[in-house]
Amino acid sequence: MSLTDAPRIVTARAGFDDSHSIDRFLATGGFDGLRKALTLSPTQVCEQVDTASLLGRGGAGFPAGRKWSMLRKADVSYLVINGDESEPATFKDHLLVEKEPHQLIEGVVIAAYALQVSQAFIFLRGEFALGLERVQTAVNDAYAAGALGQNIFGSGFSLDIVVHPGAGAYICGEETSLLESLEGKRGFPRIKPPFFPAAIGLYGEPTVVNNVETVSNLPWIVLNGGEAFAALGEGRSTGTRLFALSGHVRNPAVYELEMVKHTFRDLIFAPTLGGGIPSGTGVKAIIPGGVSAPWFYEEHLDLPLGQDEVAEAGSMLGSGSIVVMDETTCMVKAAWRITRFFSRESCGQCTPCREGSGWLERILFRLENGQGRREDLDLLLDLCDNIAPGLTWPPQQTTICVLGPSIPSSIHSSISRFRDEFLAHITQGRCPHA
Amino acid sequence: MSHLTPERRQRCERLIALYPQKRSALIPLCHIAQEQDGYLSEPAMIEIAAMVGVTPAEVQGTATFYDMLHTEPVGTYVVGVCTNIACLLAGGDDLLAHAESSLGVRAGGTTDDGVFTLEETECLADCDVAPCVQVNHRYVRTTTPDALDGLLAELREGGRADEIPTHGNLIRVQRTTGLVADPEAIAAERAAKREEAGA
Repeated sequence: MSLTDAPRIVTARAGFDDSHSIDRFLATGGFDGLRKALTLSPTQVCEQVDTASLLGRGGAGFPAGRKWSMLRKADVSYLVINGDESEPATFKDHLLVEKEPHQLIEGVVIAAYALQVSQAFIFLRGEFALGLERVQTAVNDAYAAGALGQNIFGSGFSLDIVVHPGAGAYICGEETSLLESLEGKRGFPRIKPPFFPAAIGLYGEPTVVNNVETVSNLPWIVLNGGEAFAALGEGRSTGTRLFALSGHVRNPAVYELEMVKHTFRDLIFAPTLGGGIPSGTGVKAIIPGGVSAPWFYEEHLDLPLGQDEVAEAGSMLGSGSIVVMDETTCMVKAAWRITRFFSRESCGQCTPCREGSGWLERILFRLENGQGRREDLDLLLDLCDNIAPGLTWPPQQTTICVLGPSIPSSIHSSISRFRDEFLAHITQGRCPHA
Repeated sequence: MSHLTPERRQRCERLIALYPQKRSALIPLCHIAQEQDGYLSEPAMIEIAAMVGVTPAEVQGTATFYDMLHTEPVGTYVVGVCTNIACLLAGGDDLLAHAESSLGVRAGGTTDDGVFTLEETECLADCDVAPCVQVNHRYVRTTTPDALDGLLAELREGGRADEIPTHGNLIRVQRTTGLVADPEAIAAERAAKREEAGA
C-alpha cells in the first residue's frame, strides 16, 4: 500500500527539533492563517469551517462548525480548549502541545475571532509539565508578535489566552467536568441537558469547548480554504487525522493520515507506519478509538479509518488511538486493567458507575488470578447491563456522563469473543498466559 | 503572617487576576503551594482559601479529588510508572515491580530518606515509549529496569536538576505579559452584545 499524498496539516513542523520555537514557526508560515482570517469576517471564517466539515477530534466527533453555529447568535462568552488528553493510549495532543504549540495558539485565536470571543482558556492536563511550559512560552511569544492581546495585527480584534493546568483526573476530559474544574471545583460532570455547554457553560455563560487537535487544523483550513480540506478524506470524515498507534506494533507513534483512505491493516502493517507485529503472531484484538470503544478483531483489519465506517461496524474512532494486542495477550488481564482504570477514575457521583466499576474490577481480578467461578461471566454482563442497559452500541446510559457506559466495552467485547479463555482461567485455576 | 513567600504570593495574586472569578485560580494556586512545600500543606490551603474566597474545607475538598495534589508530604522525586493498557502490553507491571524492589517501597509509598515516592499511574499519554515513566511529571523515557535504576541513582546524587526539578515545580515559565480580565468590562461588553442581538 502507499500513503496518499495528502499534506500534513497539523504536524508539518513536527519533524524539526526546534518545531516548538517561534523562529521555526515564523519561518514556516506561522500566523499566515491568522493574518488571512483577520481579513475575512467572522461569519466567513465560520463558513470555511462549515465547508471543511471539520469533525471534533476529541472523541465524540461532533462537527465543529455546528458546535459553533449553536452559539453564533448567542453572545458567546468563552472559548475553552480541551487539552486534558487522558483517554488511555491517546497521545496525539501530547505531540501537538509539545511540538506545535504556536500552531495551537494560532488556531485558538482564529476560533476566538470566528466566535468573537475575547477570553480563551487552554486547559492542559497537569501531567504535561513540558507541554504547559511550551504553550505558556508560545502565549508569551504571540503577545510579543502582536498575535495576541489588544488589537491583534491591527485588526481591532482583541483576545487573551490563559493557560490553565489541570491536576490529574481523567474525568476532566468530559467537557462539563472540565468546566467545573476550571471553576476551581471537583471535576464532577454536570447534569444534562443541556448536552453542550453552549448555553450554560463556564460561570453559567455560553461557552464553546474544542479539542486541541480540532483547533490546530484551523490555520490550514483558513489558509487553504474549507473546500481543500473537504477534498481530503471521504464522506463526513474530511481532512487528515492523527492516529496514535500503540501496543504490539514495531513502530508505535502518532501518524497523520488522510481520513478514510487507509485501513487498520495499513496502519498496523505498512513498513512506513506500524511495521507489523514484533512477535510474528497475528492480531488478537484491536482497540479502535480509546479504551471506551468496543474492540475489533482480525476480520476488521480492512475497515477504513473513517468515523462513519468504524461506527457502522459497531465501535467508534473516538480519540483516534489504536491499541494492537497480539495473540500472546491475555484478554482477561487486558479487560481487568481497563476496568480498573475506570474504577479508579469514576468521579463517584452516579451509583451504577461508582459501585459497578468497583465490583466489575474485583470480579475480573479474581478471574485473572484463577479464583473465578463459572457464574462470574453472566454476573459481569449483568452488572454491565445495569450501567448501560441492553449493552448496545452506542450505549444506553444510566449515568450523568459517558464514563459509565464506556466501562462495559472491554468486558462485553472480551467475553463475547473469548469466552473459552475466561473459562480456561476458571478450570485451570490460573491465568494460562502467566 | 503569610505562609507563602512574598514572591509566590505575588504570583498567586497575578494568577487570580487572570480569571473572571477568583475561585478558578484554586488549582493553579495549589500547584504553586506544592512548589514551595513539595506538597499541599494545611497552612497553604488556609491561605489559598482566603485568597480565592472559599473555606479551607473547600480547598481541601477540591484538592483531594485530583491525583497530582498531595495533602501529605511526598518525596523530592515522585516516580510514576504507568501500567495502563499500552504500557501493560509492554511490561509496565514488571517495570513497576522492579521499581518497588529497587526502592524498597510499594507503589504509593515513600522511601525512608524522603527522596522518592513511587506511584502506579494511569495513562500518561506517551504510549509510543512504553512502559511510560514520569518523574515529577517529566517524561524520562526509561523503559527498561536498568535504565530506570540508572536514573534513580543519578537523581539520588542530585543529577539532572535542570531537566527534572524537585516535586511541585510544575510550570517554570511565567506569563510575561497579557491582558487581565476586568469583570466589569466583561459584563459591559456582554450587555452590549445582548442589546445588539436583541435589536
